[in-house]
Amino acid sequence: MDAQMIRSLVAIFLAAILTENYVLNKFLGICPFLGVSKKLDTALGMSCAVTVVMVIATAVTWPIYTYILVSNGLEYLQTLVFILVIAALVQLLETALKKYMPPLYNSLGIYLPLITTNCAVLGVTMLVLEKGAADPSFGYVQSLVNAFGSGIGFLVAMLLFAGVRERLEDCDIPEMFRGLPITLVAASLVAVSFLGFNGVVDRLAG
Amino acid sequence: MNIVIPIVIVGVIGLLAGVVLAVASIVMAVPKDEKAEALEAVLPGANCGACGYSGCPGYAAAMAKGEAQPGLCSPGGPAVAAQCGEILGSGAVEMERKAAFIHCMGSADNTTEKMAYDGLKSCTAASLLNGGASSCRFGCLGLGDCAAACDYGAIEICNGVAVIHEEKCVACGKCAAACPKGLIRLAPVKPMAVVRCSSCDKGKDVMAACKVGCIGCMKCQKICEAGAITVKNALAQVDPTKCTGCGKCAEACPRHVITMSAGE
Repeated sequence: MDAQMIRSLVAIFLAAILTENYVLNKFLGICPFLGVSKKLDTALGMSCAVTVVMVIATAVTWPIYTYILVSNGLEYLQTLVFILVIAALVQLLETALKKYMPPLYNSLGIYLPLITTNCAVLGVTMLVLEKGAADPSFGYVQSLVNAFGSGIGFLVAMLLFAGVRERLEDCDIPEMFRGLPITLVAASLVAVSFLGFNGVVDRLAG
Repeated sequence: MNIVIPIVIVGVIGLLAGVVLAVASIVMAVPKDEKAEALEAVLPGANCGACGYSGCPGYAAAMAKGEAQPGLCSPGGPAVAAQCGEILGSGAVEMERKAAFIHCMGSADNTTEKMAYDGLKSCTAASLLNGGASSCRFGCLGLGDCAAACDYGAIEICNGVAVIHEEKCVACGKCAAACPKGLIRLAPVKPMAVVRCSSCDKGKDVMAACKVGCIGCMKCQKICEAGAITVKNALAQVDPTKCTGCGKCAEACPRHVITMSAGE
């Protein structure tokens, strides 16, 4: 691994967090973003689980796509197969956690099964293939780094937003905006603020 | 036969995932708590939450761990408490039966209507409109949110005020949660005094609003030998643990707002 490669991996990692943030830039995984961001600690637990699942899911789906689906000309089956694989993986992870790490299992609670239907996970595994198609140098390692970065990006977005929401609790909000409306307004403002990162990564790595 | 390949591939992947999960569930099986399962089978399964846990499975798990006492299940009553005690090996458990009590007698005869309410027939909706139509701002609105919440048909609206049939009540507490005025509280079923009023208004205002409201005259507090009655915010309150059910307060009350609960 030469310096050029490391540099490009860092660029991919940072891009996944800042400019291509799955929640704030691609608007995937909005459900947990709004649903689980009420408290800082639950947001942290959910994000860690999502990060782990994203990396493992990419690690499994990338070879399946490249070596099984493409070689048989079945690219159109990716959504179906990926959902199947992700659901099985999450289930497997849950069983393993229950056995070997009960405290973590208990603290994640309902969030782990919920990840099965998290579109950010499916998005990470599928959109990375588009990148691979556009740029042949974007291989397995790059996909994994991208998945890890996306997970960390999810974590950053969740933690930022949980902080915003905890502050909102103390605010005197007009009655018609209370609850979900002000949450959506706050979410859009956080998303707009992330637009400010556009171009930053290219400059850093370029 | 192009269709065969995709079917085989998806089928094989699904089968592999299934086999891996099946093997994993056997290899990494976590022994389930047999006690918790037995307890859950005994509990009524109503998931009402009256015990303070998240449904019957949660309560069963807490009992199995020794964190909760048997006998918190009010829908199950003494029978379930005894069965739970047997499973836990702690023997039979004495259980105090509880029931919901409505602390208001503001029927149509005793209160007047300060306006003609013609909105949604729900206490919650009516109470949002200037506190509801009743002349007493603390009183029962008689639109039956509690009766609708009751799964056991134990609450009836009679002449504009809710009435609880104690023998049908299982003390699940759903009516107490449904009442926007907070007039319903759970108390043990035993011979004791019940103050059928929740008005914290001053005596003069209560007199104007209701024929039977508590005016906070302190007569009951003075006459009670057990020290079970305290008057706070111009409203008498009975401590069920101290009340002996002698009935002197009910006789002394000039407004006849204290009634005696007969118990079982």
